Amino acid sequence: MDSIPQFVGRNLFDLDDYSAEEIMYILEAARGMKEINLRQYKKIPTLRGKTICTLFVENSTRTRMSFELAASRLSADVVSFQATVSSLQKGESLQDTVYTLDAMGIDLYCIRHSSPGSPQLVHKYSGKPVINGGDGRHAHPTQALLDIFSIWEKLGSLEGLKITIVGDILNSRVVRSNLIGMKKLGADVTVCGPRTLMPGGMEDIYGCRVEYNLPEALRDADVVMGLRMQLERMTEGLFPSLEEYSKHYVLSKDTIKFAKKDALIMHPGPMNRGVEILPEIADSDHSIIVEQVANGVAVRMALMFLILGGKL
Amino acid sequence: MTTLIKNGTAYIDGAFVKKDILIEDKLITRIEDKINEPAEKVIDAKGMHVFPGFVDIHVHLRDPGQTYKEDIVSGTRSAARGGFTSLCAMPNTDPVVDNIATVDYIQRRAKDLGSAKVYVIGAMTKKSEGLEISEMATMKSDGIVAVSDDGKCVQNAKLMLNCMRYATNFGLPLIVHAEDYNLSGSGQIHAGKIALKLGLTGIPALAEEVIISRDIMLAENTGSRLHIAHISTARSIELVREAKQLGFNITCEVTPHHLILTEDACLGFDTNTKMKPPLRTEADRQACVQALKDGIIDCIATDHAPHADFEKVREFDHAPFGVIGLETAFPALYHHLVKPGHISLERIVDALTSVPASLLDLPPSALKIGYPADICLVDLNQETSFEPEEIASKSKNTPWLNQKLSGKVIYTILDGRITWEAI
Repeated sequence: MDSIPQFVGRNLFDLDDYSAEEIMYILEAARGMKEINLRQYKKIPTLRGKTICTLFVENSTRTRMSFELAASRLSADVVSFQATVSSLQKGESLQDTVYTLDAMGIDLYCIRHSSPGSPQLVHKYSGKPVINGGDGRHAHPTQALLDIFSIWEKLGSLEGLKITIVGDILNSRVVRSNLIGMKKLGADVTVCGPRTLMPGGMEDIYGCRVEYNLPEALRDADVVMGLRMQLERMTEGLFPSLEEYSKHYVLSKDTIKFAKKDALIMHPGPMNRGVEILPEIADSDHSIIVEQVANGVAVRMALMFLILGGKL
Repeated sequence: MTTLIKNGTAYIDGAFVKKDILIEDKLITRIEDKINEPAEKVIDAKGMHVFPGFVDIHVHLRDPGQTYKEDIVSGTRSAARGGFTSLCAMPNTDPVVDNIATVDYIQRRAKDLGSAKVYVIGAMTKKSEGLEISEMATMKSDGIVAVSDDGKCVQNAKLMLNCMRYATNFGLPLIVHAEDYNLSGSGQIHAGKIALKLGLTGIPALAEEVIISRDIMLAENTGSRLHIAHISTARSIELVREAKQLGFNITCEVTPHHLILTEDACLGFDTNTKMKPPLRTEADRQACVQALKDGIIDCIATDHAPHADFEKVREFDHAPFGVIGLETAFPALYHHLVKPGHISLERIVDALTSVPASLLDLPPSALKIGYPADICLVDLNQETSFEPEEIASKSKNTPWLNQKLSGKVIYTILDGRITWEAI
């Protein structure tokens, strides 16, 4: 590495803005954080006196917990803003909400919002760094980083790896961010799902392979990631039934055999067992689904640490 | 009152000529090489182009009902700053213009306080709900120039067929905003590579094209006079080209933003790039420019759609659709299309003056003796600045906010009266 990457004060809207070197630096930092999480006393004083706000305009208990745990373990103060119990439900604009929060002295925002581009707005209104915790279908860079970390930790490098992501590609922010990050680190990514759940132009924008047939998509894969299939898509007329979807796209012993024998099995959660993945695969020896959750805390700690300029 | 415009380059009968123009009261009375007669006001137009006043057949004045966005006074002042002297107001106000009281209100208010002539377009269906035909014949006797449910689109083909039959019966043109709601859904921007990248729901080109296709067939069947608002896709243009070749009485307009910008403009989540129809692909944009040159697209209209800051400065998918256009129209077109040589100044001026006026049978806009003195003077060598405080519209929602564009309207004259004078 020519120079040490600079993270202080930066935003994480998506992985576009981060180079391969910077992503690797974050992974290294996350490895250190993971070690802290395995200690008996899981806390370091590095961000004492800093205040981190989790601004969750869209519900997500696990992601919010992961951010808040990460902040606590770095000894930052955490304030939690949840739209369902807050002023946004009373019609306050995001702008006014951020002005209000900012007046209380927030150093870093972690936002989850159903509207693409809202992290950029929070930064615009506050002038403070923002970590995107998922904005609509746009991006979910911390999930992508924890996915990439999980693969890197197991397999050493993403260079030349065949990674297959299966499911509702159309509505997935996880896929979009993962494609950007995985491509930067040299992986070959294939996305798979029925045409109604596959947006046009994936190859051109993301340089990935698009496959509509599951066994074909899984052939020789080193890593297989399932995505949550949401029931709402049925009423939107995108597929007829979970049963029929499952028949063609479930990760099972029968389908996973097309991948490499020891292929890693991943899923961002929460899983619909029996729909996109069968228990025999989700709970198999090659599944790292639970470990992904642990890695999520470590990656988020690393990001907060780097962005707020913590000292070890 | 007499006004003499001296030493300008005037656009007369399709050519640029050095002529002096004398205005007496409301009319142009003399156009000669040199007029040396004394006048109460003499404008030295040396270095300026003298155009007929621009005509915009697609404007949202928001009055009555949403005057925090715009009103007839501010909207027509915005028009004057942009060189426009005649506007057609779309009926999606509150209440909707589906009754003569509202038609009267707009006409009277514009006449008393306006800085431009305002012609009223009546709703095609009651409250523009797309359920029942409006009292368009009554509104016609009160002076509406066309019917439209602009902003909305009649989804029911049978009702649209009857709207066409009925409007045609009373000699009214129909203006259609082509959008199939099932296809456009909750779409935010063009369904293309940028929508994919930004995770925004897309509005496919098909949402426009299937309605244009339908309405061309309905217009063929009914022999009606159909004008397609803000055309935006290459395939839509092909449909219109074919309809024109078959001799149907179909015309269409394009906005400056669809001629200049593409979906790429949405990359920064700027809600001032969010409008319907959405900014399309580069291929679509080029098709629009070519079709305007070919005459398949008849004219330019701004679709001036003011929205307040508090509505636009927010999450992308929560912001309303629409951008203002009256003040930016000419400078944007000149700066991005004429100056680089993509299209002639003559075609742009025709598409902003004589052509739109003829489409809706408005009084002609031309520099001719005996015609109303509706004129704008433009200095192509100066720039117009679009800082918020310089914009005359109440709303500032333009993709060219804070930018400078070549071409500056120095004077706008309406019926012999100066309505805009750049300082």
